[in-house]
Amino acid sequence: MASLRDVKNKITSTKKTSQITKAMQMVSSSKLRRAETNAKAFGPYMDKIQEVVAAIATGTTDSGHPMLTSRPVKRTAYLVITADRGLAGAYNSNIIRAVSNAITERHSSKDEYVILAIGRMGRDFFVKRGSNVIGEVIGLPDQPTFSNIKEIARKAVGMFTDGTYDELYMYYNHFVSAISNEVTEKKVLPLTDIASELATTNASYEFEPSAEAILEVLLPQYAESLIFGALLDGKASEHSARMTAMKNATDNAADMISGLTLVYNRARQAAITQEITEIVGGASALE
Amino acid sequence: MKTLTVNIVTPDGPVYDSEVDMVIANTASGEIGILPGHIPMVAPLVVGAVKLKKDGKSEYVAVTGGFVEVRPEKVTILTQSAEVASSIDLARAKAAVKRAEERLQMKQDAVDFERANLSLKRAMNRINVHEGNI
Repeated sequence: MASLRDVKNKITSTKKTSQITKAMQMVSSSKLRRAETNAKAFGPYMDKIQEVVAAIATGTTDSGHPMLTSRPVKRTAYLVITADRGLAGAYNSNIIRAVSNAITERHSSKDEYVILAIGRMGRDFFVKRGSNVIGEVIGLPDQPTFSNIKEIARKAVGMFTDGTYDELYMYYNHFVSAISNEVTEKKVLPLTDIASELATTNASYEFEPSAEAILEVLLPQYAESLIFGALLDGKASEHSARMTAMKNATDNAADMISGLTLVYNRARQAAITQEITEIVGGASALE
Repeated sequence: MKTLTVNIVTPDGPVYDSEVDMVIANTASGEIGILPGHIPMVAPLVVGAVKLKKDGKSEYVAVTGGFVEVRPEKVTILTQSAEVASSIDLARAKAAVKRAEERLQMKQDAVDFERANLSLKRAMNRINVHEGNI
């Protein structure tokens, strides 16, 4: 049986840990609230851009814009959105597992795919595995703004256009609710299913100067905002995952403390009983 | 008199939302003025200022590209970043100009040159809008 002092030490350290996890839980829950507000602020922009893209895509059939046409796939890019830090339960490992499963399933050699990483956890994993990581952003703030990822979004779209790869998939955790999120795979480029995916609007527009010229501006902007939308979604999931993980840790610590307190009290009682027995024994030996 | 509802939306949230009498924007094919009742139209924008006329006064918003969507009583401008003249951080814009100019001085490959040129343009635009000389 553990000595009284050992048990006491263990209780104190568990208590301290649970204070930290409790604080982290509260920090994450306030960050989650802000992340949800950010995602809401982004909503109108995305809705509007989708509406216009749909209007143009339905208005002009067969525009032949390179971003709308699929070509033979020689190389695929995976944009992996993870967190910079751990302590978020299975948040990062779920994404990484999904991506590496997809890679082993679809590709036989390392030349067939490239990785674009947002977030340190994903970056480190793929660098360590020797994958071809061609773009990365790490150390994003908890409430990212569009300018934080403008570079990588532009790069991701640009490399599709110049033929570095022929497909771009994006992996992120979709925020379902504060207690659940799910790994989502989304095909960003080429934008083949754009017209079918979006509700058609009956507004017919004049295009100034031409529909092609507008697509030239609009489609990259649309693809970049898809990426930003996924990042906001991922950030909200990250905070919620961390909040849940820290809540579980706090609860487990409470369980452990109550178990250890029981052990401690038993040991204390046993020590007292033993002491009394010794005194009584000593006294009776004197008689 | 009829008015137009103007929305300027960026990925970081709405920047401007109000009723105005007239919108003047710099599109890729030239400057256009939009009055209420305009036919539905979509046009790409260049880096520049959007002028919003309201009760005889003008307001300016700096935009960095994007496009404008026009409906008879509604104008929506979608851009990656937009700043109302009064909220522009002049010191930051000036620092950006300096940085971009330094980068332009250095001999670099075409991509970096192009990027520095664009960021110089954006920063100059912000300064111009802030100081109101358009």
